[in-house]
Amino acid sequence: MPQVEYQSISPADFFYRNREIAGFSNPSRATYTAVRELIENSMDACEVQQVPAEIFLRISEVPDNRNTETKIYVMRVEDNGTGLPAEHIPQAFGQVFYGSKYELKQARGTFGLGGTMAVLYGQITTHKPVQITSSTGGDIHEFVMNIDIQNNRANILKHTVKQNPSGWRGTAIELQMDGDYSRIMYRLIEYLKQTAMVNPYADITYIGPKGRLYKFERGTEKLPPLPVGVKPHPHGVDVEAFRRLISVTKSKNMKTFMMDNFQGVGNKTAERFLELAQISLKARPKMLSPEDILRIVRSTKEYGNFKRPDASCLSPIGEELMETGIKKELGLTDEDYIKVVTRKPSTYLGYPFIVEAAVATGKNVRKMHGSGITTYRFANRIPLLFDESSGVVWKAANKNINWKTYNVESDTSVVVAVHVCSTKIPYKSVGKEFMADQPEVEKEITNAIREAARGVRGFMSRRFRLAREKRRLNIFNKFLPKIAEFSGRLAEKDTPNIEPLLRVVSTDIHEVEKKLEEVPEIVEES
Amino acid sequence: MEKSLTQLGNLIYEQINNQEFPWIHMQSRSTDNILYDTNLRQYVLGPRMIRRHSRNIRHIRPFTQLIWTAWFAKELVTQKKTSTLRETYYSARGQRDIEYTDQQESDNIITDLEVALNRAREDFNIFPAERSAIFGDLTIEYTVPGYEGRRTNLTDHPDGIMIGPAITSSEFIETSADKVLVIEKGAMFNRLVEEKAHEKFNALLIQTAGQSPRSTRAIINRLYTDYNLPIYIFTDADPWGLHIAMVIISGSANAAHLRGLATPDAKWIGVLGSDILNYKLPTEPLTEYDHKRLFELKADPRYKDQFWQDELDILLKIEQKAELEAFSKYGLTYIVDEYLPAKLES
Ligand SMILES: Nc1ncnc2c1ncn2[C@@H]1O[C@H](COP(=O)(O)OP(=O)(O)OP(=O)(O)O)[C@@H](O)[C@H]1O
Ligand SMILES: [Mg+2]
Repeated sequence: MPQVEYQSISPADFFYRNREIAGFSNPSRATYTAVRELIENSMDACEVQQVPAEIFLRISEVPDNRNTETKIYVMRVEDNGTGLPAEHIPQAFGQVFYGSKYELKQARGTFGLGGTMAVLYGQITTHKPVQITSSTGGDIHEFVMNIDIQNNRANILKHTVKQNPSGWRGTAIELQMDGDYSRIMYRLIEYLKQTAMVNPYADITYIGPKGRLYKFERGTEKLPPLPVGVKPHPHGVDVEAFRRLISVTKSKNMKTFMMDNFQGVGNKTAERFLELAQISLKARPKMLSPEDILRIVRSTKEYGNFKRPDASCLSPIGEELMETGIKKELGLTDEDYIKVVTRKPSTYLGYPFIVEAAVATGKNVRKMHGSGITTYRFANRIPLLFDESSGVVWKAANKNINWKTYNVESDTSVVVAVHVCSTKIPYKSVGKEFMADQPEVEKEITNAIREAARGVRGFMSRRFRLAREKRRLNIFNKFLPKIAEFSGRLAEKDTPNIEPLLRVVSTDIHEVEKKLEEVPEIVEES
Repeated sequence: MEKSLTQLGNLIYEQINNQEFPWIHMQSRSTDNILYDTNLRQYVLGPRMIRRHSRNIRHIRPFTQLIWTAWFAKELVTQKKTSTLRETYYSARGQRDIEYTDQQESDNIITDLEVALNRAREDFNIFPAERSAIFGDLTIEYTVPGYEGRRTNLTDHPDGIMIGPAITSSEFIETSADKVLVIEKGAMFNRLVEEKAHEKFNALLIQTAGQSPRSTRAIINRLYTDYNLPIYIFTDADPWGLHIAMVIISGSANAAHLRGLATPDAKWIGVLGSDILNYKLPTEPLTEYDHKRLFELKADPRYKDQFWQDELDILLKIEQKAELEAFSKYGLTYIVDEYLPAKLES
């Protein structure tokens, strides 16, 4: 009989073996993902700190004599965020599934995986340690470490503590990895640009391997409101989550348990819900049978009267900030049309989410985008760059909207940007690259785009008519002087003054503009 | 001439000074305003007037071009220079925004100016490119600058003398001719000169080189009105030849605004449809295009006389056409020795 061997592997070992799941599938993609994970950690830290982010990224090539397509790069990311308390630094970057973002509120990070994966990938391809420098305002701690992959824990090589006279706060990470920059350069820069689009309060500086400097300057110092952690919504809870809550609860009876542990459950709701679940109000949580628990969890899906999930755990960009970001990164001016709509919170499967959509068109939009609909997709302020046409945004913008009703022709240049924020983004895969078409989410996205596109029709006809008026005025400007000149010569006199006539035609254009203001906007039924 | 151009300038000048968008009034040249006047036996413009208004976005460009052309014409007149339609078109080339897209457009504006001033363009020294010529015993005296008072006899040149601005503006001093023979083609004209047809028939010879230019029609008209010389026209026997004759006789719609171009008493003497049969001329079959044209002519008011209708019908009936050269079948001199004498007799 063949011998079957059993063994267990650590989470770090699992992701070492299956790194493509986390986006580290090949050298170029790994380069992109590493940058992305580090930048997103930095952005999160700055928002928690509530400071306008100041992010510095440098990728430099380590010269060697290898004649391969891949190169060794040193990647350095610095931020002015919270910084990490020294005691958490080793685990935060040396242990898979260790993090501060498991709470129920919107953040870019969710898994406790990304930053660590970047470190892990660097380590396995270069055998070099990572260097982390961080301060929360006090001393500066510098760790040189690597990951003990089999045991999923940090292996500290050096820990230095320095004084911090200037009171610096933030984090700097420097790691080496074997990557392929040239193939991913375009996407990487696009990623930074789109990050700047939806984080207009961030200043991003990037120095590429060839020494080129890219700067994405902030357009505002304003930050969106900080999300607050919330209790789970009963609708989204499953048996395991429920069991865990019970194991730690101090509530004496089920009524108070429901009220204490779930959002939006008051006296009445608790009573009515427990009645539906056939659980006594006085039942002691710790005494519930497995059948009771299953019944309760099932009932949460049937009970139709819970309040909508609390959206204070979400942090939409907001109409003003999103407009600022898009205008600055796409180079739009007041001559272009742009409208941003932040929808009211909504839910799918018990998770709250908010959709924000921007629609832009105009001659500056055309400069960068050419004809047709260009979509930009964002989830929790992260740009999504891959697999565009499989995502829900593409579907909503291209299939659900009848652009003809907005006077948009096939050669019109239109930008549609959609931001979905949620405590749980409906990613279609673990790669965090595109969103699945959850019906509720799809509907919200479609409505948001429609709402943002409402003014396009008016803008189009206004622009069309203004252009016509301008052309008209130009014609007078062109010909009246000639008429004056030659009639003067013909009459053997001086050239008569045409200024009064030009004033007459140019006052007309203001009247036209006034009339254009009144162009009714259309409302498409959804 | 100079005065009416200056007047036009003054009109526009005053309008602008009064803070008015300049405009002018003129007769409409649209087809529904071109009428056939049976008394004058030519086309005339009807009573409808139009306004060319610079306030109108579609009018302002042609309006500007009109004023420019008026200025250009005045330059010609004051400097005693002449120009051609083509030259005028090219002169506008240097003028940004006034520039014409093609010569047609330029010609059209010149016609507008004629209508606006009620004068022929020859009066403001713009002539078509000339190909037509005149030959015979006619003494003229030039009035063009540099030649004032100089005289010449039109027999001096065996090729004929081109009918250009110099001839058009000259004084006719004397002639011994008692008729004018108008021929459609240069080759036949040369043949007639060679065969001394001018002496034989005591005639002035004019060749029109196809559809006759306005200056040629003006000279024909002058010879008829001032010298009472009967005019005989001699063209191919096909719709195009007929129409060359008809335009000399009754004028063209394009020149409906002008007088002194049509010579209603001029006679078309051949080649008649009946000549084809009587002389057994070599022929060619009518093309589809000829056919279409013949029917158009039948509907044209200028052709409403029975004589013309019959001639058109003959061609349609025999389905054939013949050229002047067809007489060569009987020898090169046959046309001068036999055909023309016979025609002129009847
Ligand atoms: N630049 C930083 N500033 C402050 N804290 C950081 C920084 N980078 C990482 N951290 C901390 O380290 C933790 C682990 O980061 P990591 O990227 O591995 O996971 P995550 O961001 O929580 O989730 P995800 O896997 O989705 O990125 C974070 O939760 C955060 O607390
Ligand atoms: Mg992260």
